[in-house]
Amino acid sequence: MNSATPVVELKGITKRFPGVVANDSISFKLFKGEIHALLGENGAGKSTLMNIVFGLYQPDEGSIEINGEPVIIDNPNKAIDLGIGMVHQHFKLVEPFTVTENIILGMEPKKGSNLDTKTAAARIQELSEQYGLRVDPYAKIHDISVGMQQRVEILKTLYRGADILIFDEPTAVLTPQEITELMEIMRRLVAEGKSIILITHKLKEIMHISNTVTIIRRGKVIDTVKTSEASPSILAEKMVGRNVTFKVDKRAAAPGGNVLEVRDLFVKNKEGATVLNGLNLNVRAGEILGIAGVDGNGQTQLIEALTGLSKVESGSIRLNGKELANATPRQISESGIAHIPEDRHKHGLVLDFSMSENMVLETYYKEPYSKRGFLDYNAIKKQAQRLIQAFDVRTPSAETKARSLSGGNQQKAIIAREIDKNPDVLIAAQPTRGLDVGAIEFVQTQLIAQRDQGKAVLLISFELDEIINVSDRIAVIYEGQIVGEVLPEQTNDQELGLMMAGSTVAGGVRHE
Amino acid sequence: MSKILKLFSGSGAISIIAIVLGLIVGAVVMLIGGYEPLLAYKSLFSQVFGNTYDFGETLREITPLILTGFAFAFAARAGLFNIGGEGQFIVGMTAASVIGIKVHGLPIYIHAPLAVIAGGLFGGIWAALVGYLKAKRGVNEVITSIMLNWIALYLANFIVRHFLLMEGKQRSEDILPTASVSFPWLSDLMDSARIHWGMLIAVLCSVFFYYFMWKTKQGFELRAVGNNPNAAQYAGMNVGRNVVKAMFISGIFAGLAGAFQILGVFHYQSIMSGSPGTGFDGIAVGLIGMNNPFGILLGALLFGTLTYGSAGMSFGAGVPPELIRIVIGSIIFFIAAQGIVRGIIKPFYFKRKKEKVL
Ligand SMILES: Nc1ncnc2c1ncn2[C@@H]1O[C@H](COP(=O)(O)OP(=O)(O)OP(=O)(O)O)[C@@H](O)[C@H]1O
Ligand SMILES: [Mg+2]
Repeated sequence: MNSATPVVELKGITKRFPGVVANDSISFKLFKGEIHALLGENGAGKSTLMNIVFGLYQPDEGSIEINGEPVIIDNPNKAIDLGIGMVHQHFKLVEPFTVTENIILGMEPKKGSNLDTKTAAARIQELSEQYGLRVDPYAKIHDISVGMQQRVEILKTLYRGADILIFDEPTAVLTPQEITELMEIMRRLVAEGKSIILITHKLKEIMHISNTVTIIRRGKVIDTVKTSEASPSILAEKMVGRNVTFKVDKRAAAPGGNVLEVRDLFVKNKEGATVLNGLNLNVRAGEILGIAGVDGNGQTQLIEALTGLSKVESGSIRLNGKELANATPRQISESGIAHIPEDRHKHGLVLDFSMSENMVLETYYKEPYSKRGFLDYNAIKKQAQRLIQAFDVRTPSAETKARSLSGGNQQKAIIAREIDKNPDVLIAAQPTRGLDVGAIEFVQTQLIAQRDQGKAVLLISFELDEIINVSDRIAVIYEGQIVGEVLPEQTNDQELGLMMAGSTVAGGVRHE
Repeated sequence: MSKILKLFSGSGAISIIAIVLGLIVGAVVMLIGGYEPLLAYKSLFSQVFGNTYDFGETLREITPLILTGFAFAFAARAGLFNIGGEGQFIVGMTAASVIGIKVHGLPIYIHAPLAVIAGGLFGGIWAALVGYLKAKRGVNEVITSIMLNWIALYLANFIVRHFLLMEGKQRSEDILPTASVSFPWLSDLMDSARIHWGMLIAVLCSVFFYYFMWKTKQGFELRAVGNNPNAAQYAGMNVGRNVVKAMFISGIFAGLAGAFQILGVFHYQSIMSGSPGTGFDGIAVGLIGMNNPFGILLGALLFGTLTYGSAGMSFGAGVPPELIRIVIGSIIFFIAAQGIVRGIIKPFYFKRKKEKVL
């Protein structure tokens, strides 16, 4: 093959959805051994374009060439035959199955009439070692971490012979440690001759790992540049069409009294293991308390206990002095706690409801949305349109189903709904996950504005940058307890990292 | 109104094509069996539309299917698989029989409605039991409703045999005339086809279904629970209570279907050797109507027409009436396997779209 022939070439791809042109005659080339990043605002059309390459959607216009050959990719099996593999943001794995079973699903190797898992497992082991994935072929999916599950998805594509790998926001669900490892894996992959298309909103990652960047805005290609000739600010400006500062403006906090007080909280998980071990914390009015910690140290259970989604074994949760441990989610919501959930598809949205209906998911029963038991769709629509406008949610209309919005716009819609509830305490779990830099800036500014209005904000995030930039005070969670507290202006990634790993030395350092 | 049409038009095209494909499959099977499909379908329709009596009887066939179709669809909208319409139907029959036979001295405008309400209510309670076990104990609704189907059958026979039996017969006594919901005036007009008020009520139920599910606060909750119980819980809805409520209302529909069969059609209850099957047919109707109340009206129309007409098919063309089950089965298959249907309409669809762009 001529090395100048791109492995993937898209020519004038156009894709229309009702009310939007998601891709507007996009042309794009991916060369062998390259990591090509796709960058663009939420709803710019990145996922749509990749779904076209993977055969999930058909373009309305345009053509695709693989290794110089024109092809029609009308289903994912065709894409796999052509050596294309895709790692979706939402994994498609069968939980109770083992890694091997998941990987061979749909193309089970046979020995006579028996399933030949042994050979498959050996092959998976071999691939796993070749690319430094360190996956145990016999582990069950529900026993392994999110990062590990993602590697299973990568292995799945490799096992099926993929040479072209598409990653759609792979790092959104990963911890910083896992991100570093993923970068390493990608390097190994291209070193072995694979080619990668990477969608991410994190400019740091793009600068760090990609060779080329294509920037898309509102369905159109704005530019394709060499990473070595770009900088984060150039990229950000091309992407949103204005200057982005990366640093949120923030005045010093003027905290008031305690609004939320959590004392000796004990919570068990579904398996009956104690995951919150006598946790204590306070959030004051007019401050943002950031919770830093490695995934799996009780963050999820803390949020669920505070919002009534899981049972509290013992301990107290007081909001302005009122006891809320084991209250129902509705009582808690009406008492003045709003919640931006960490998993927008699981908790945040009813994907088959319209945006209007989703915007009143927690308030539908109140006036003016309900009158004498009947919904007032005009009032609901008005509210939805107001929020869509105010938070720049890109959707063709308020009647569009939540499912057809881009990931980032779904997130913005949830944030709009929760902030609009005008709560005393705003719990924001991974609020900027999957958002573009412009939207991140906007959301962080909103969190700070809430604080400035005297609200208590509890921010849970795996992004240390976000914790340090946005919080007024940082509490570190480790094995179900708050093990230390630091001030953002007096700490750094290293110190936080050590504390998050449970180091008592760092935890003991106080900045009074 | 335009909204209602919109609600239906997208999936409507698929339903119609599935029906046509189902009829074609039936025709192919007839050809293989050495029958004449055109003659068969012609006799089917002339059986239904040939005279007023048969037309009235077709309506009679359709009515319970509408209601058991609603029973399936209403629960399905709330994310529940109500396979227990059969049991709820039987319980509704039995409750109506008991009131219709045992309660004396009431005027017709109290006795008949009372018997109807009893049928609906007990059907609802029968289903709510399933919902309660699911909400409180996490028992899968399919298992409990199948068990309750059998319990309903034997309980109904027990009650008829021990409390309502007509001497020396395998059936109950007749219900009192005051409990009848027959519509004698229209029946006379239609050569004494068994027309009853239940037909009107079934149609009105579709309006209730639509308004309740899409226009009320409670319907909003049911749909949210059905689509994403986690998000519903997050939003402060009581998932368990909604499960019970959905099953209760769903069971009312099936119970009403049973009550009308007794009070409007048979006027007595037989000891049944097996399940009548109307509840199960409701599942098929619900699927054909894509769980949309107006779709179900049409689905029941189709199912009832084909079923009633199948007798004509065997007269006119010698085709065994069971063959119509193949047609119905294929229709459901094509609706379930929407991809196939989409593949068939795609060329037309694309052409239309291109024209629009130009
Ligand atoms: N199935 C669909 N039906 C209708 N509209 C859709 C569908 N999928 C995507 N869209 C629309 O197409 C546009 C592009 O969406 P896409 O998901 O490709 O964005 P994206 O660039 O991946 O954004 P994000 O960064 O938020 O994930 C959006 O306006 C979205 O609402
Ligand atoms: Mg996307």
